[in-house]
Amino acid sequence: MAAQQQDSLRRETLPFGIVGASLTQIERMVPAEEAPPLAPNADLSQVGKPTPRWNGEEKVTGAVRFTADIALPRLLHARLLRAPLPHARIGAIDITAAQRHPDVRAVHVILGPHGGGTASVSADEDVEATRRVEEPVVLYAGMAVAAVAAVSPEAAEQGVRLIKVDWRPLPFVVDMDDARVVGAPVVFEKLDVQAGFGASGLVTAGLPLNGNVRGPAKDARGDATAGFAAADVVVEGEYRTQAQSHCCMEPHGVVADWRADGLTVYISTQFAAGVREELARAFSLPLNRVRVIVDAMGGGFGSKATLGYYGLAAAALSRQAGAPVRLVLDRQEEQVDSGYRPATWQRLRIGARRDGELSAISLLSYGSAGVGNVASRLYACANYEESHYDVFINSGPGCAMRAPGAVPGAFALEQAIDELADKLGMDPIALRDRIDASPARREERRLGAERIGWSRRHAAGAETGPIKTGLGMAQSLWGANVQVNSACEVRVLRDGSVEIRSSVQDIGTGTGTVLAQVVAEELGLRAEDVRVRIGDTDFPEGPGSGGSRATASITPPARNAAHQVRRHLCALAAPILGVDADDLEARGGRIVSRSDPARAMAFRDAAAKMRTEQFVAIASRADDYAGFRSRAGDSASAQNDLGGVHFAAVTVDTETGLVRVVRVVAAQDCGRPINPKQIESQVHGGVMQGLGYALMEERILDRQTGHVVNADLERYKMPGVHEAPRIDVLLLENYQGFSATDAYGVAEPATVPTAPAIANAIYNAIGVRLRALPMNRAAILAALAARGT
Amino acid sequence: MHHSVSGEDAREGMSRRSFLRGTGAAAAAAAALETALASVTEAAAVGAAPQVVGPDATPVTLRVNGATRTVAVEPRATLVDVLRGPLGLTGTKIGCDRGSCSACTVLLNGAPVASCSILAIDVGDRAITTIEGLARGGALHPVQAAFIAHDALQCGFCTPGLALSCAALLERVPHPTEADIKAAISGHLCRCGAYQHVIEAVLAAAEARRG
Repeated sequence: MAAQQQDSLRRETLPFGIVGASLTQIERMVPAEEAPPLAPNADLSQVGKPTPRWNGEEKVTGAVRFTADIALPRLLHARLLRAPLPHARIGAIDITAAQRHPDVRAVHVILGPHGGGTASVSADEDVEATRRVEEPVVLYAGMAVAAVAAVSPEAAEQGVRLIKVDWRPLPFVVDMDDARVVGAPVVFEKLDVQAGFGASGLVTAGLPLNGNVRGPAKDARGDATAGFAAADVVVEGEYRTQAQSHCCMEPHGVVADWRADGLTVYISTQFAAGVREELARAFSLPLNRVRVIVDAMGGGFGSKATLGYYGLAAAALSRQAGAPVRLVLDRQEEQVDSGYRPATWQRLRIGARRDGELSAISLLSYGSAGVGNVASRLYACANYEESHYDVFINSGPGCAMRAPGAVPGAFALEQAIDELADKLGMDPIALRDRIDASPARREERRLGAERIGWSRRHAAGAETGPIKTGLGMAQSLWGANVQVNSACEVRVLRDGSVEIRSSVQDIGTGTGTVLAQVVAEELGLRAEDVRVRIGDTDFPEGPGSGGSRATASITPPARNAAHQVRRHLCALAAPILGVDADDLEARGGRIVSRSDPARAMAFRDAAAKMRTEQFVAIASRADDYAGFRSRAGDSASAQNDLGGVHFAAVTVDTETGLVRVVRVVAAQDCGRPINPKQIESQVHGGVMQGLGYALMEERILDRQTGHVVNADLERYKMPGVHEAPRIDVLLLENYQGFSATDAYGVAEPATVPTAPAIANAIYNAIGVRLRALPMNRAAILAALAARGT
Repeated sequence: MHHSVSGEDAREGMSRRSFLRGTGAAAAAAAALETALASVTEAAAVGAAPQVVGPDATPVTLRVNGATRTVAVEPRATLVDVLRGPLGLTGTKIGCDRGSCSACTVLLNGAPVASCSILAIDVGDRAITTIEGLARGGALHPVQAAFIAHDALQCGFCTPGLALSCAALLERVPHPTEADIKAAISGHLCRCGAYQHVIEAVLAAAEARRG
């Protein structure tokens, strides 16, 4: 059933290259069970079209169910007890008063001293589901310590207040620079299991930990010292990026329903199948007793990839209470304890020859999630060295946020490249044409420059008057990620109706729409005719929506499963039409003979000939036809990276410091674009989040108390409509011949270049380079003052 | 200029002030005053001494999407809690619960209001329109249809509130400029960044209504 038989291959000719620039064909060996090559979008009826969102009507009428909307009989409401101190040892927890509250149904200790003690939870059956710690330590203000389920949210809150905790304060540190100082309060006394980050990504455990600094994680190629010695020009700069909050409009939430025959969990998650595995492991349940459902979810951006402490707590409470439990974070909890993009400090040094060729790159970085691999991989450079150190502070745990690592990394690299162009007396685009090997980005630079009017760009700081205009650009690099073995089912019923089933979730990106388009294309139907049933682990296991991998992972198996359905119906139709099954194709709602189009029958009439009431096909994601560049388990990356080039036009008011981004041109590639309209929406989102990161967003921790001081949506500034520039999206069709759909993701590459493009535009406007984020009014005025303007 | 809702503006201002004024007896008194303003028939019941309600549940009658619904709610219950809870209208979303994101927007007599920042007992006889009531007789409102056509949403969580504010705008200003639209949705936060498609959708919806 699964298209995994690598032993049997056939030769195929597939579209290759960029439409409008270099479209040609390539021969590849393709697994025998794969669907035949898909033509370029121009020759297709469903794929490549701006098909309306599959659940658009449910969303605009309020009918779609988010987690907090799930109502079940006897539903209980849970609230969390959170630590009031940023660093403390927990002496004892007394939950007896909470348990005696008449409306409280369950109390679950998340972080408490296990084993002995009158109020301990050692006798509690929920111990397996809690973090096993002998000496529980609160690591940040707002850390969840206990959970209470009650008949109303108000009663749950009362229950939380009845829990008595013996907090034993410890010294704390919330500033990354302070944390690096010898003698600073130590966050982790030991860190022997947790993997660390290198600048290029996750590295294995075992790095030395000194105080709050772990590392270095090193990477090198060639001889950087010799490379700098051979350089005609060297640029060097220190860059700082701030902590950014995800600010999902839908807070993290879960409804857990523990019953005798199994556990059902409704959760706002980017990875339904992954959450099911976590639950099964945590509660020692077989996978067939755990079901995870996500009908709709209101933004994740990396912060909803796992079960989370709240999901674990809700399931434990439900088991204890024998009733379903809803646990939804409030906005303050959301801003304090649902992850964030950690701050970074980088020192980046680049050497180049007079013609622009890079001779050496050296990168030193501190932070707790790395700075990605853009410095290492965006431009050709034989001599490279990097050292990265993780730095720990007493704040909530950071987590992946849209293009983790690459976003702060590109802020430094793309400004340094512009600075280098300046020193070399080259145009920033001409320099990149010299040092960037990607054909996709070359075309994106050309198209974007034309659209934004790059030829009118003035010299840096050349304008007089208080309000200056500026143009800037920057580039993106992100892996074309794939979750191998992602599975999808396509079934046709005897009335000719078609259904898609997979656990893959639609987190707002439009996964359901692209699935319907791909299946409809293969079956000669319209996308709206295909019913999409996803976000439920009762269906074949789909990928997580993270790392921009969902489309690349799930559309090929969807097409291959549909191909099996098509072959089944063609085999049924062949004897009736009196032709060979191989002569039949599906188009326009019919099964039609290629050699004699007069011989045809309706799709539904062919389905009516089925022996059983339905035919089911399941396929899983094969390896890329050209093989992967890298693979670890089911997680793989295609041979080619994704690109993207952003251009920004800004105005800077030198009297008030206000930066306005007037216009952004975002040129983007993602292999075969399946739904240009949805891609445009995603690129808009990438630009807006990048703009917020560039100009206003910053999660601020108070050094005196260790608390987040802007844990809300009025003091944490994120962009609204008045900050939104006009955004032009230029979308490449960049065929690689890698899979049955040749489609890849776009969410992350579309946010990587925005902030450095704005920074480069600000430099072009005022002639001063800002190397720290956010570039808010205070930062602009300070930079101008420092220059003496 | 916005004559169709000007009569409501004063009442709305009163409501916000009364909500902000305080808690406990002061809030109850303010609520009673508010009710009196909203409905002359209840004025006699207020009398000289302020009527005290709560803390237990008290019956409240709301006009929601054309239907009259009476539910027992605690005086501290916000409108959004009553809509999403006892009334089962979960299309109205809670994003921040403190009036800074506008996800919970509903219309009161046609004017957008943050339903997290008004008590249910303060609504009085004003007509409430939630996202469930925007489509009439099975036909989508032009704003809803345009949101789909222009993909003016991704995750869809802020969408109900945005759609209602845009629909209210078209009642006030049938042919809005881009600046009008920006002003109308300036309180709405959308983390998916759908603003440009929202503007395009509202311009198209206005055009569709004209045609």
